[in-house]
Amino acid sequence: MALLRTRARRRDRAVRDQPPPVARRVDASSDGEGPRPPIVELRDATVVYPGGHVGVERVSFALERGEFAFVVGPTGCGKSTLIKMLIREVEPASGEVRIAGRDINRLPAGRLPHLRRRIGTVFQDFKLLPNRSVFDNVAYTLQVTGGSRADIRRKVPEILRLVGLQGKVHSYPDQLSGGEQQRVSIARAFVNHPPLLLADEPTGNLDPETSIGIMQLLYRINRTGTTVLVATHDREMVDRMRRRVMALDEGRLVRDEATAGYADESTSEFALRVRAEMGVGAGYVTGS
Amino acid sequence: MGRVFFFIAEALRALRRSAAPSLAAIVTVVLTTLLLGVFIPVIKASSTTNENVRSQLALRVFLTTDASKKRALAVRKRIDAIPHVARTEYISKAEALDVLRKDVGHGSLREGLGQLKGNPLPPSINVYPDDPDNLDSIQAAVVPPGPNGKPTPISPAIDDVGNSDQLSGEIRTVTNAVKIILLVVAVLLLVVSLMLVANTIRLSIYARRREVEVMKLVGATNWFIRWPFVLEGLIVGVSGAGLAVGILWVGKLTIIDPLVDNFLLIDNFSTIGFVPLIATLMATAVVVSALGSGVTLRRFLRV
Repeated sequence: MALLRTRARRRDRAVRDQPPPVARRVDASSDGEGPRPPIVELRDATVVYPGGHVGVERVSFALERGEFAFVVGPTGCGKSTLIKMLIREVEPASGEVRIAGRDINRLPAGRLPHLRRRIGTVFQDFKLLPNRSVFDNVAYTLQVTGGSRADIRRKVPEILRLVGLQGKVHSYPDQLSGGEQQRVSIARAFVNHPPLLLADEPTGNLDPETSIGIMQLLYRINRTGTTVLVATHDREMVDRMRRRVMALDEGRLVRDEATAGYADESTSEFALRVRAEMGVGAGYVTGS
Repeated sequence: MGRVFFFIAEALRALRRSAAPSLAAIVTVVLTTLLLGVFIPVIKASSTTNENVRSQLALRVFLTTDASKKRALAVRKRIDAIPHVARTEYISKAEALDVLRKDVGHGSLREGLGQLKGNPLPPSINVYPDDPDNLDSIQAAVVPPGPNGKPTPISPAIDDVGNSDQLSGEIRTVTNAVKIILLVVAVLLLVVSLMLVANTIRLSIYARRREVEVMKLVGATNWFIRWPFVLEGLIVGVSGAGLAVGILWVGKLTIIDPLVDNFLLIDNFSTIGFVPLIATLMATAVVVSALGSGVTLRRFLRV
């Protein structure tokens, strides 16, 4: 019994000292074939829902590692379908969805949970577990991947500090404001430090003031090297952040600009505050 | 190891959080187990008594009063050769009188018997079939129809054959009916209890389907989600069945045990033992509950 436990502990330590196996495999394949494959790549992906409604139609784009991109468009244009396709909640009728160079729809069903552990997802309605505290909500992601108790006790408070919720560790979701719940949801999505973070209308339920905070948080996460893809219908805010913007309309990709935005001299308080936090603006070169 | 504790903690947390549905599930298990626990011994006992009644059905072959023992034994030998005859028994004139005396008991009739001159009773052979359903075929073999169509006995020493045809037929119909009714009721009861338990578990899972969806989205494997539910079902099954067995045990001590002497009067009375009974009940309850949770969850795991 005791022997087993020490062995398990030793194994944990060994695992922690090495980079995660999935990441290693990706590196190896990219070393052999020259440039690393884009983290997200869609090729003519079309989703048809039962009943004939077309979710997205022949959408193709690639997202490089470390990018921060928006998917915009009115309600019902296919933004959520796109996000769901990336975690294989829906499967395309035709076309390919590649994550880190691999077609996820060819993945055996048993590997699907492992794919989802490498992708953090944030939802408009937060999707927190209502009968668990903030701490347990975030810890669940680590428990799913077999994280040790020591691991959980170390990482969870750390990530909660990052999202600014250190004082609410033992609160339950219904005791938090919308913005705070979304921070918990982001903490849960990011606690594993996934290479890709998807956000489906992360500010859809929040007031503008709170939305700025959430966007700043997502940007901070992006700066740690995580690729962030945000779906939103808040086009004004997106344009002002001067990031890559892909616009969907009735399921088709109608616009894809590397740094979309209005003129730099935009002076609304909203834009100024967002840019001030992000360090974006005059003289700031993207990607430096 | 840590995982097992995690799953158990999760199951207990779920039970605590949804106390009302869990309690409903436990009560359902208690009631159905209790019903089965009463029903199984009753079915068992009634079918053994049925067997007893049926096994007493026999054919009585009366011989002529003056038939000698030697002739009687020769007839008996021929009857023994008939198919489906399990056993035969020769009752001499003297034995027949003894049986009659015993049946009559003490009283004026007994005195009447004493006034008889000699023994008017014929010797007879009791023929026991291997199955009561074969009584008719045996009778047909003992008294086959003769060339002129009239039934003729296989031996002139045979005077008459008592089949108590009507009686045996009635007993047969009644016992068969009782058997079928008991079986139908038992099957219905089992189906009802299964559906009750499955439905209760389904409700408690349905209340948490969003939770399951979220678990899937953060990358939990199906078994990681399923284990706490299965353990929850297991806990419900064990506690429900345990409670029911406790009640049954108390019932046995206070109601059945004092009556045991009376049961012994019914000869060959036998029913299922208490230990095999509770083992069956526990196993059934636990398997049904655990499977119920695991299987019901399948529908919600497709995210």
